[in-house]
Amino acid sequence: MPKMSSNLSGPWDVLVAGGGNAALCAAIAARRAGRSVLVVEAAPRFYRGGNTRHTRNMRCAHDHATETLTGPYTEDEFFDDLMRVTGGNTDEALSRHMITQSKSMLDWIQEQGVRFQPSLGGTLSLGRTNSFFLGGGRSMLNSLYETAERLGVEILYDTEVVALDIEERTFRAATVRREGQDHRIEAANFVAACGGFEANIEWLKEGWGEKADNFLIRGAPYNRGTVTRMLLDSGMQQIGDPTQCHAVAIDARAPKFDGGIITRLDCVVFGVVMNRDCERFYDEGEDIWPKRYAIWGRLIAQQPGQIAYVVFDAPNLNRFMPSLFPPIEAGTLPELAEKLELDPVKFTATVEEFNAAVVGGFPFNHTEPDGNRTEGLEVGKSNWAQKIETPPYYAYPVRPGITFTYLGVKVDAEARILMGDGNNTPSDNMFAAGEIMAGNVLGQGYAAGIGMTIGAVFGRIAGQEAARHGT
Amino acid sequence: MEHKTAALAEADRLMTVCNSCRYCEGLCAVFPAMEMRRSFADADLNYLANLCHNCTACYHDCQFAPPHEFAVNVPKVLAQVRNDSYAQYTWPAALQPVFRRNGLWIGLACAAFVTLFLIGTFVWNGAGAMFSAHTSPENFYALMPHNVMVALFGPAFLFAVLAITMSGRAFWRDISARDMSDGADQAGIDYARAGHDAGRLTYLDGGGDGCMNADEQTSDNRKLWHHLTFYGFLLCFASTSSGTLYHYLFGREAPYAWWDLPVVLGTVGGIALVAGTVGLLRAKLRQYRDVRDETRFGMDTAFIAMLFGTGLTGLLLLFLRATPLMGILLAVHLGVVMTLFLTAPYGKFVHGIYRYLALARFERERRGAVEHQHA
Repeated sequence: MPKMSSNLSGPWDVLVAGGGNAALCAAIAARRAGRSVLVVEAAPRFYRGGNTRHTRNMRCAHDHATETLTGPYTEDEFFDDLMRVTGGNTDEALSRHMITQSKSMLDWIQEQGVRFQPSLGGTLSLGRTNSFFLGGGRSMLNSLYETAERLGVEILYDTEVVALDIEERTFRAATVRREGQDHRIEAANFVAACGGFEANIEWLKEGWGEKADNFLIRGAPYNRGTVTRMLLDSGMQQIGDPTQCHAVAIDARAPKFDGGIITRLDCVVFGVVMNRDCERFYDEGEDIWPKRYAIWGRLIAQQPGQIAYVVFDAPNLNRFMPSLFPPIEAGTLPELAEKLELDPVKFTATVEEFNAAVVGGFPFNHTEPDGNRTEGLEVGKSNWAQKIETPPYYAYPVRPGITFTYLGVKVDAEARILMGDGNNTPSDNMFAAGEIMAGNVLGQGYAAGIGMTIGAVFGRIAGQEAARHGT
Repeated sequence: MEHKTAALAEADRLMTVCNSCRYCEGLCAVFPAMEMRRSFADADLNYLANLCHNCTACYHDCQFAPPHEFAVNVPKVLAQVRNDSYAQYTWPAALQPVFRRNGLWIGLACAAFVTLFLIGTFVWNGAGAMFSAHTSPENFYALMPHNVMVALFGPAFLFAVLAITMSGRAFWRDISARDMSDGADQAGIDYARAGHDAGRLTYLDGGGDGCMNADEQTSDNRKLWHHLTFYGFLLCFASTSSGTLYHYLFGREAPYAWWDLPVVLGTVGGIALVAGTVGLLRAKLRQYRDVRDETRFGMDTAFIAMLFGTGLTGLLLLFLRATPLMGILLAVHLGVVMTLFLTAPYGKFVHGIYRYLALARFERERRGAVEHQHA
């Protein structure tokens, strides 16, 4: 096996696999502690950073309003939110630790060059809990890369980890593939921060079966979970099950990979959602949209063909954030059904049945539960129920859009990967941060911005601990 | 929506993408203005394009920039639309083609005017007078009487003002035709705020750290170079104006001593203009290739070159006015200035006018949106 040009083959103090928020926070933290750091990113330079490219905000606890945050968000409130969205399916001690650490993250990440701005148009409900990156996730990444390079972190793009040399609890070296050649890189510490496996459809099928063929992946096709698989095969402890992930409803016309934010649809609460059999299947008005957007990916995944249709009428057209593709439009309900290739009779009947069940008469207000609901339906709508009666009628076809998966490696509070020996024995010099260990915090469910918290907080911890572990 | 040009159609596509994302809304005025719309007619796009200061931060921050299949390149496409808009609104419309090969036209005009002034001064004064040092009190005016200069430059200046006003008016009418129906009319405060933002180049900084130019590092200080150029130009203009006032109001005729107002203004302004234009040209040549509107390279550089030429020949004239070179330098300087005046309505000069009007429109819309929210 050829060696890399002498200075790159190591031995390094810290080898980081990945190139997103978690990887860069780990690399910067370790480098600031005086360690030599090599980052290997599988993606080409433009696509560097995995899902971080598509992010826009990070959830951090804070005791006071700031220039960009509208009010305090205490550790307890953060923890309560996490317990609610995960249904208690989280490592409580680890989550508390993360939330405590998230407080200082707000300043730390800005010291690494990341800039914040007030919450974006259309995201007012997140303005208190989430810090938004000026220019979005790629801008945030650019700042982190600039800082890392200035500090002397070495970064290789188009460089994928293809094998790990692990003896018992100890990492020895990684084999990376670069321009078709394999190279052995030795390091005293290994940080796995290379994302989930959402772009690996075959792996998704292990949990979802053939349904996974109909999933759309919101990020680039590089997060294939190869390092996760190697770590698990080397005896590291698994966390999470393969069906758990952050999944939302996105436009069915979106590309298979990397459609990002612009294909998401925020129109569910304004109408009804039916499957391809023209049946409604879930309460569209259960809670305000920012608290419910993250359940619809899974809901649609359970429907036949993994497709559904959001149907609404003219007064609602401009009430939600615009998205990439225009809605499908028709003058009558049967015409709309035909354009969607659905049964016009059943489609119309479902809408009429819904219309007949609407009660309330309160002023429509989508920012809080408005009491306009249905009565007597098998699947009711608890709020924002309005008759769909004013043409033209509109529909968006939607499919599950997978943001990232939760299955990964189990870690402790030092971000150290634990062995799968039944005793939770910590590995000697292997750490994990970001999506690859998100399952420790997120057993299920999602809250906006928490993926970035997991990445930044555990990234920084991993870098610091790797640095402390030594050379 | 139907669009007049391919660039406008592409701008519509991009604004639809950007309006679904909005990550860049903190970078400048373009994205907040975009968010006040859900569809984009040609006038909207011309307005947004002229709001854009071409800092290119949104390109380097964009997760959908090329090579991504969505191929989002806002700075480049808005530059194309903006450059087309200069021609679209120009007065008289018959001169629209001048924008097409603008660098060539301005180069030819400059050569012609410099030649004319050289020939004119030769014929008028004879070669002997032209090449002898003029230390007499009359100095320049020995070669070209003051009244002749005024008779030549006064009408040229007035024509430029008229043409720019007519063009700007056509642009303004088009972009403000879209009524926001929020009850807020254009008010003095909008023009004042726009003046503030134009004067400070508030939006030429990528949201705070400076513009990106060669790459995603904020290394080229285009804001500084532009300030030097713009304020240097204003100082030179003030120098000429103060000279005119001295002449007609106080009966004090050139040449003035080095410490006198017209000379001080002209010297400082001239140096700033030369330094600023060199900086701008350097930044332009270093600009990341993918965000350039290559087709208008000539127009951009011609304007920079004209300003540089005005500053440089003015300074040379000042420092060498007691030497035999003065005659030639005077003719060259006057030829360059005449070209600058007459081509101002038909080149990059108008970007300042359109940008200011777009900013005034933006301030009006923003105020309307806020008042609407609080109503």
